[in-house]
Amino acid sequence: MSNSKHVVIIGNGISGITCARHLRKLNDSVRITVISGESEYFFSRTALMYIYMGHMKFEHTQPYENWFWEKNRIELKQAWVKSVDFSSKSLRIEDGSQLSYDELVIATGSKPNKFGWRGQDLKGVQGLYSKQDLELMEENTKSGVNHAVIIGGGLIGIEMAEMLAYRNISVTFLVRESGFWRNVLPKEESELVGRHIQEHHFDLKLETELDEILGDTSGRVRAVRTKSGEEIPCQFVGLTAGVSPNVDFLKESGLEIGRGIKVDLYFRTNIDQVYAIGDCAEFNEAPAEDRKTVEQVWYTGRMHGETLANNLIHEPVPYRPGVWFNSAKFLDIEYQTYGQVPADWDGDQVKSFYWEHAGGKISFRMLMRRDESILGVNVFGLRMRHEFFDQAIRENWSAEQVIRKLEKANFDPEFFAPYYKVIQEKFAADFDKNIPKVKLSWVQQLFGARV
Amino acid sequence: MKKLQIVGLVLFLAGISAFTLIPFLGTYELDFEKVQQQTKEIHQGKMGDILQPMFGKEFPSSFSFLSEFNTHFNSYNDQLKSEQKWDEVIWEDYRFPLAKAALSSPVKNSPWLYFGLSIGLMVLGGLLYNLPKYQEEPAGIKHNGIFHSAMKNRGWLGILTGSYLILFYIILYWFPAYLVNLVWMVDPLSQVLSGNSASQWFLYGLIYTLAILVMGIRMFRKYKGNAYQQLRTASVMFFQTAFAFLIPEILVLLNQPYFDFKNIWPLDYDFFYDYQIETFLSSGGVGLFMLIWGIMLILIAVPVFTYFYGKRWYCSWVCGCGGLAETVGDPYRQLSDKSLKSWKIERYLVHGVLALAVVMTLLTIANYFSGFSLLGNVTNQLHSFYGFAIGSAFAGVVGTGFYPFMGNRVWCRFGCPLAAYLGIVQRFKSRFRITTNGGQCISCGNCSTYCEMGIDVRWYAQRGQNIVRSSCVGCGVCSAVCPRGVLKLENGPEEGRINDLPISIGNDSIKLNA
Ligand SMILES: Cc1cc2nc3c(=O)[nH]c(=O)nc-3n(C[C@H](O)[C@H](O)[C@H](O)COP(=O)(O)OP(=O)(O)OC[C@H]3O[C@@H](n4cnc5c(N)ncnc54)[C@H](O)[C@@H]3O)c2cc1C
Ligand code: SF4
Ligand code: SF4
Repeated sequence: MSNSKHVVIIGNGISGITCARHLRKLNDSVRITVISGESEYFFSRTALMYIYMGHMKFEHTQPYENWFWEKNRIELKQAWVKSVDFSSKSLRIEDGSQLSYDELVIATGSKPNKFGWRGQDLKGVQGLYSKQDLELMEENTKSGVNHAVIIGGGLIGIEMAEMLAYRNISVTFLVRESGFWRNVLPKEESELVGRHIQEHHFDLKLETELDEILGDTSGRVRAVRTKSGEEIPCQFVGLTAGVSPNVDFLKESGLEIGRGIKVDLYFRTNIDQVYAIGDCAEFNEAPAEDRKTVEQVWYTGRMHGETLANNLIHEPVPYRPGVWFNSAKFLDIEYQTYGQVPADWDGDQVKSFYWEHAGGKISFRMLMRRDESILGVNVFGLRMRHEFFDQAIRENWSAEQVIRKLEKANFDPEFFAPYYKVIQEKFAADFDKNIPKVKLSWVQQLFGARV
Repeated sequence: MKKLQIVGLVLFLAGISAFTLIPFLGTYELDFEKVQQQTKEIHQGKMGDILQPMFGKEFPSSFSFLSEFNTHFNSYNDQLKSEQKWDEVIWEDYRFPLAKAALSSPVKNSPWLYFGLSIGLMVLGGLLYNLPKYQEEPAGIKHNGIFHSAMKNRGWLGILTGSYLILFYIILYWFPAYLVNLVWMVDPLSQVLSGNSASQWFLYGLIYTLAILVMGIRMFRKYKGNAYQQLRTASVMFFQTAFAFLIPEILVLLNQPYFDFKNIWPLDYDFFYDYQIETFLSSGGVGLFMLIWGIMLILIAVPVFTYFYGKRWYCSWVCGCGGLAETVGDPYRQLSDKSLKSWKIERYLVHGVLALAVVMTLLTIANYFSGFSLLGNVTNQLHSFYGFAIGSAFAGVVGTGFYPFMGNRVWCRFGCPLAAYLGIVQRFKSRFRITTNGGQCISCGNCSTYCEMGIDVRWYAQRGQNIVRSSCVGCGVCSAVCPRGVLKLENGPEEGRINDLPISIGNDSIKLNA
């Protein structure tokens, strides 16, 4: 298919870049330009912490080598877009130049939330989202910082704490909820993470809210005060109470914006030939029953990009996400989730099976409907096979069937302890089922780690 | 750093300083008798004449001794060469045995003392430094600060270490006569094990084994909680100590040929050399068994084990080069080049070396069976070229000396002909793969960064594609470092092993080919 239209993508994050790559895969002649202010080349935002901690250099976080873009004729431009003139179909760029498009994809991601706290703009107070934020954090923590306070106990918060620990800076977490990430994790899992946080010598203050950030005469943070009046001296404050769509530069441009850029399931905005994907998009209606209208994770950004690329070249299809999955790492403990496991549930409608290892760092939870068909799982300190649970949840397997086959779901490296065996035993006991015992190979028996 | 670790570091530095200074000790003096003992019968008279001016003279250092030796020896040979009397030229290199015989030094008198002060302190220091590591920390990935380290990110310490290693290898391979003090130092140990006096190779084998053991213990600390890493480290420690170091020496003690039962042609490139075959054939049942064992390893063990487990069964569980890379080399694994370009170079080089080794061996065998009528001495020249360029320069100097510059698997990746052979089997006929866990990859890059073989693991992982690469040695570190649990090394059915997956799991909107 010959197609010489010019697609311009604002934002070289996972959603914009996936869209560009798939556009090129699907069509050889469409002209593709990606314009982004943060960095010259696509890098993995999720790896920012590892740069600070010396696990990697910035260049290691770039998933494609630099020649990749030219070879695939994806034109890159590093610049900030100031505004968009939708009527003349052109972008105004910071250097004053213009760039016109036939079709525009907005993939501008998020920015850290700031809730108007007093003192939120003091020196030494910051969020962590972009490469520039990372550089600022380097600057802010270079010297004279002994103690830091992190506001909000989410995924970025814990990453920031780990980063600070590497620089020997002690950390206090202020968490509004009754447990760590309790708005997402069930009680036991939240406690498990909380214990691990304390094992790493972080000070976790639950049900504590920030009142004000206090500065010294030079405009640098010196302490925070909580709503209960406690003052915690610190020289650095991390703001990690979530993110919100990065769309300020588009306000009052005629584009319909709610929390994010309003789109339908085809990623179409209210303006013709203008689309939005990734963190910055807000669906008019949730794309699936268990989904939110703003999807702010890496995986969904990628799926948006894949789907929109298809829609720009082929017959448009609506975005239909499959079974939900996500993963994270809390210090040393890995977390994976498949399907639906909310923080709380209605005990009449939903049954829960929970197993936790005596060491308190490994756990497995499965939620089921009343008929005991699987809703979803949460796994900590274990690795489980995505494909297995994608199929089990899609096909509404019974919990018993899942547990019987749990060995197949195991994704831990070879010779790791066969935790699935004890999970099976606990399930059999809790739900009064007869689950046949798995026989371990002699190699595993002889050399494998023990539960 | 804990106090104990500081003590360890100081002891280690003291030990390595002693090790470096010991070669400079003592004096050298030759006499007629020593020359007679150390030279072949046909050369005894000649060498006696050539070296006569040196007899009874005491040389204060190996440098003055060897330089005088060279003057006399070369002037004799050069004369003959200029007269084209090739068959009278002495081709043997007598510098090492003569220097060894000529030495009188405190090291020779009290070898154990100096052994303790050098190698002993290095081992003790290494243990004290490594054992307390991560003791009070929860198990997990310990990569903090690697790219801020002067040692592990090609900083001054790395450059220093690499230069030291390179220098050591050059002296060991081409100027061992300067190391006779160190060789005397390990002589008693060699006497115990094999009943023979030590050569520079015994010294090397000993250091090599101890290095693997001490740094293997470091691996146990670093990867606590990871059974796969623990087991394969224990395995290379065992195979190096037992198979590569002790058993061959004990065989010699029992009057059997020196033989490493786990070394496989073409890594063991002289397995089919005529003198090796002679040795096997002249050593009765044991020799014959070794010959057959060696051939079985090549023809049966490699394809069968690689089919079931991938090349890792050898490269990261058994092999000595791999053993050193996985223990001593582990701190440098992140320095391997991941670019597509280096992958291209790798394929040309490693398969080129394999082709060279195969051709050389075939010619050698053909020549042997034709009673040397086919090529005469040409195979000898081939052997010395291969031994120099591949066996010593590539495998040794570059292979290990370049750890701090290009990562710990330079040889395994670019040069090892056995790895190439194992790799071909692994790529085309094997049950081994690294499974990618659906759509869970976040493209962070930890896996690629820490892949010692320079495989861009992320390239596959982020597409939901399994990793099936000939060069993967199955070290399992990509899987260990992945923060999202995306990678699993496993053996399974060949069907579906290589999956050019359509689209990552989790998006039901479309089905396309990635
Ligand atoms: C520290 C951290 C860790 C994370 N870890 C995880 C994780 O483990 N798993 C997970 O699923 N998600 C994680 N996330 C979230 C995930 O990274 C985001 O959901 C994802 O990056 C969003 O991708 P995107 O393409 O929508 O936007 P972005 O990646 O934000 O890309 C948008 C790009 O557009 C550019 N841009 C914005 N405005 C303009 C303008 N006006 N002109 C030019 N360029 C502009 C921005 O500079 C940016 O480069 C993490 C996020 C952070 C910050
Ligand atoms: S380490 Fe894991 S998450 Fe990171 S790029 Fe590799 S496979 Fe993906
Ligand atoms: S791909 Fe993984 S297992 Fe294979 S060599 Fe690289 S790091 Fe090791």
